[in-house]
Amino acid sequence: MSRIIRYVFYDILRTRFVIFYTLFLLGSTFALFQLDADPGKVILSMMNVVLMVVPLVSIVFASIHFYNSYEFIELMIAQPVNRKSVFMGQYFAVASSLSLALLTGAGLPMPFYGITPAGIALLYTGILLTWVFVSLAFLSAVLTRDKAKAIGVALLFWFYFSLIYDGLILWVMYSFMDYPLEKVTLALVSLNPVDLARIILLLQLDISALMGYTGAFYKAFFGSSAGILFSAGVLVLWVVLPVWLSLRIFMRKDL
Amino acid sequence: MITVHQLKKNFGRLEVLRSITTSFESGKTYALIGPNGSGKTTFIKCMLGMVIPDSGSIAVGGEDINGSWKYREKIGYMPQIGRYPDNMQIGQLFDMMQTIRNASHPVDGELIDAFGLRDLFGKRMHTLSGGTRQKVSAALAFLFNPPILFLDEPTAGLDPVAVEVLKDKILHECRKGKLIVITSHIMNDLDELATEALIMQDGVLRFDGTIDALKEITGESRLGKAIARFMNRTHTVSDTIIRQKL
Repeated sequence: MSRIIRYVFYDILRTRFVIFYTLFLLGSTFALFQLDADPGKVILSMMNVVLMVVPLVSIVFASIHFYNSYEFIELMIAQPVNRKSVFMGQYFAVASSLSLALLTGAGLPMPFYGITPAGIALLYTGILLTWVFVSLAFLSAVLTRDKAKAIGVALLFWFYFSLIYDGLILWVMYSFMDYPLEKVTLALVSLNPVDLARIILLLQLDISALMGYTGAFYKAFFGSSAGILFSAGVLVLWVVLPVWLSLRIFMRKDL
Repeated sequence: MITVHQLKKNFGRLEVLRSITTSFESGKTYALIGPNGSGKTTFIKCMLGMVIPDSGSIAVGGEDINGSWKYREKIGYMPQIGRYPDNMQIGQLFDMMQTIRNASHPVDGELIDAFGLRDLFGKRMHTLSGGTRQKVSAALAFLFNPPILFLDEPTAGLDPVAVEVLKDKILHECRKGKLIVITSHIMNDLDELATEALIMQDGVLRFDGTIDALKEITGESRLGKAIARFMNRTHTVSDTIIRQKL
């Protein structure tokens, strides 16, 4: 598998997209640090980048990459190579190259302006989100043979988790506000990786009241380290479940 | 070397392979013949593990291939349409395949030299013509000296000189005791190369025996004519499958 990862890694570097992504993150992080002296506010602005841009880039890049590597995958499947290694090799190479881009782009400026716990949390949630959305991208890619359809499904995942879901959660709370909703909301929040990442960051930034009902409630309910552990655990589940499911589909797929 | 037992595969509602049972032996060259869409490529892809059959079993060298991948060390495959990573150079592709296959024994670069591919090592795959691509596929299939070779329309798109080079190579490898399966629509090539014939139609094996036997049954001396006559004949006597080996 390590040999496959190496080739895919090399292939990804060749497309230069990841390099542009790194430069974009680097530029925006430096710019934000220049604009504001308060690192807390900078992290808050960067949080919006991480919560919107990172999932979008991860899911679109990963699904396009999967289809562009179709030839490579086909070639490998006819060789004495395990299907699992081919698939997981692709997955690890894509996810780790995007994580590396995020780590370099958003992490490199931090030592110059002061490393804060919130900054570390930002990198850590960003990387977890990258893995989650690469997983979802691979799932949408194995579900259909058609490239356009798969990218459509991938974008739908992004819209759903970034925009639609919060609307739905508010609607549920508004409709059932006469009932005790604590546990229900907790379950609902666990169903959205972006919300979970937002909660991890908000607990670090201590400005949860600004970020709507979902965040505020979670802060009140889980203002402890147990809360962070729980949300991180569920995020890891969000990484593992889609990739496990897509691997299962891939193992039986006709190429 | 390879035994196939009641192999079935559907693509949606389309029955591509309907209960194929046959076997392949080392040292023989098999011609897999049939109209377009009769399931030849799917059959080969099943044996390669690229297409997962719905039911039935395939064993290579006595080992069931379901869920296994090690057996592919014994197989060289030349696809009908070779698809390769666009950005890769020919030289890099050969290097990569050697790294991936972890080739311990010396590789067989005879075709690389015979096709003059070494001069093109710096070219990227997406700049290649169909014929050159086909040459790369052929060279890759023979590169690791595998005891089994699946060649899916090997001569299609090749220039006359390259066709002769490839044919000589196939005959040479066959004499070394390899098992070779060829699909082609060029009957003259098959007549020269193969000794056995498998005729597929609508996912069913209609004939499984030697080419000489096929010629004898149909009373034709040329393979092309013999097949045409055989197809017409079995058209009237439906589902006549002639088995001599089983």
